[in-house]
Amino acid sequence: MTLLSKRLLFVTGKGGVGKSTVAAAVGTLAARSGMRTIVAEVAGRNDVPHALGHPRDEELPEEIEAELSPGLFWISIDPQHALREYLLDQLRVRALAEVLGQSRAFGYLAAAAPGLQELLTVGKIWELAQPRRRTPGAAPYDLVVVDAPATGHGLAYLTAPRTFADIARTGPVARQARTIHATLADPSRSGVIVVSTPHELPVTEALLLHREVRRQMGLELERTVMNALAPARFSERDAGRLREALAGGTGGAGGGGRAKRAPPLGSAEAGIRAALSQASQARDQRRQVDRLRRGLGRAPTALPFMYTAAVGPEQVSVLADCLERSL
Amino acid sequence: MSIATSLEGKRVCICAGSGGVGKTTTSAALALGLAAEGHKVAVVTIDPAKRLANSLGLPELGNEPMRIEPERFESQGVHMQGELWALMLDPKRTFDDLVARLAPDEESRREVVGNRIYQQLSSAVAGSQEFSAVMKLYELERSGEFDRLVLDTPPSRNALDFLEAPTRLTNFLEGRALRVFLAPTGLASRVVGRGSGVVFSLLRRLTGVDLLQDLSVFFRVLGGLLEGFRQRAAAVDQMLRDPSTAFLIVTSPEAEPAEEAIYFRTQLRRADMPFAALVVNRVHPVELLDVDPDEARSELAPLVGEALARRAVANLSDFQVLAERDRDSIERLVRELDCPDPLCVPHLDVDVQDASGLVQVAHHLFAGSRPGF
Repeated sequence: MTLLSKRLLFVTGKGGVGKSTVAAAVGTLAARSGMRTIVAEVAGRNDVPHALGHPRDEELPEEIEAELSPGLFWISIDPQHALREYLLDQLRVRALAEVLGQSRAFGYLAAAAPGLQELLTVGKIWELAQPRRRTPGAAPYDLVVVDAPATGHGLAYLTAPRTFADIARTGPVARQARTIHATLADPSRSGVIVVSTPHELPVTEALLLHREVRRQMGLELERTVMNALAPARFSERDAGRLREALAGGTGGAGGGGRAKRAPPLGSAEAGIRAALSQASQARDQRRQVDRLRRGLGRAPTALPFMYTAAVGPEQVSVLADCLERSL
Repeated sequence: MSIATSLEGKRVCICAGSGGVGKTTTSAALALGLAAEGHKVAVVTIDPAKRLANSLGLPELGNEPMRIEPERFESQGVHMQGELWALMLDPKRTFDDLVARLAPDEESRREVVGNRIYQQLSSAVAGSQEFSAVMKLYELERSGEFDRLVLDTPPSRNALDFLEAPTRLTNFLEGRALRVFLAPTGLASRVVGRGSGVVFSLLRRLTGVDLLQDLSVFFRVLGGLLEGFRQRAAAVDQMLRDPSTAFLIVTSPEAEPAEEAIYFRTQLRRADMPFAALVVNRVHPVELLDVDPDEARSELAPLVGEALARRAVANLSDFQVLAERDRDSIERLVRELDCPDPLCVPHLDVDVQDASGLVQVAHHLFAGSRPGF
């Protein structure tokens, strides 16, 4: 159960590969096994509650750790709010924190200091993962799953504390940033999950993350997930028989390709074309799985493609089952 | 319907959409089609994988435009009447070039480029890609060397980052930030003079003096470039709103990207920026929905045997689910984006990775038009 033995899991990968879905599945799995778990989203997103069945326009309390299902919490981290919390935590006196927080000069400084937004966000994530929370009255979590932004920006979050410590050099902010970096770079406490899909670019980015997380954080990837993998439904032999039937039986009335409405397909032909299309996708995708495996030196965890109109709680639960089997 | 119609007279085409919807491929195919039609086109991309470069027949692309050999596409049946150029954006280089252009002298340039805050700002920070992308686009537009420009926008989780990049910088520079730091009684002087205001002493308690010192130097050296930056940002903003600029929204029919596309359209409307076309990639054929699975099964069984027929039909039903999703999603996009003629590119079984794949996509985008193909 190494996956769930961490306190902090960062989920990243190329845009559009299903990071939020995987983060929701990891969170679901952890909560199921009795861990008090929170999934944290950044940069104003709320994809995770959506994947777990909450309508998009549902007003979820911001900045509050909302319990979506028993043991599974969610928060969307806002850097401004994190800044106010941080000032209060550091200065201890609310009046002083407010003087600084409301000062224009400080506002400009906060906007200009490179990486400060990322640092504040990661700082809040770190706080969520503390065995003794700094937020007054807040209960600790066994696991914090971060639905991080895509590749480059995701890395910027991971490296923000060290970047910032390097810039600030001395003083409390630098010290704190170093403490946070130490947690993120500690493989016993933190892990990075990279999500890919079986396509050229996502695999390339997953391999890039594999190298960069090692180089910049000194961490090995906790796990690589190959999401939305088409199941191998038809063997080469099946495909051969289907092609033969297509050539012989149906007269080959065109059909594939064009976006314009093609002439109606014969039922048998439609079935054959769909099957051959699936077979060729699955074959092409296996090549990408092999490419990822070779690049990583180990096999990724495969999650199946879902033939559904949208991903909802039911699908997330199926994915959590798949992850559980892979533990 | 051809994309050429929507882009008539548009000099700058910006392809926007969420990550993983095929934006880079769409941008390249669009540029290829426009070049085949006879335009001199440059496509600006952010493609860390160098895949676009490879599909264009180059080992890699640089921060300056490179001409793509027309022969590469001749063999695919494309008769290139214009010219295709491509470049890959390097945000750090673009920033440095801009500073070099705006700095009054070599010494100020060196001071800016050597500042630690600047170095972080120009490379590590989110938003720097968006900012440098629009800057590069503006530069190419002004150079007058190309009659069509296509921009593949950076993979951002928030489309606004891109639209607001120039304005945000102007606001920041025009705001009080610099004055606070630059005024004789401002923070910069207090850092140096060991000032004693409440705010400053609180700041020092938090950040230490080093960070404040770096920041004040950063603001001081940037001060000299201020006017140039301001003018540049305003000009870029103007370009984004110009009637000869066109935003293309690229999406796939899946729920999340479609949601983003709708949101992006609202943002464009709000920012008063011109929307020209909607491209929907990876569409499953709607004809599948006319097929009756039971009929398919009884027709298939004698051809391939009962067992395989059953599996093929189960698979067919799954494809029908996707075709239905795509149809509903496109209907919704048409409604929400108020765009009656979306350009649909069918779902391809294999990734687009080479010249022939690019030509195939271009054919779909330019269907029904033109010389060249």
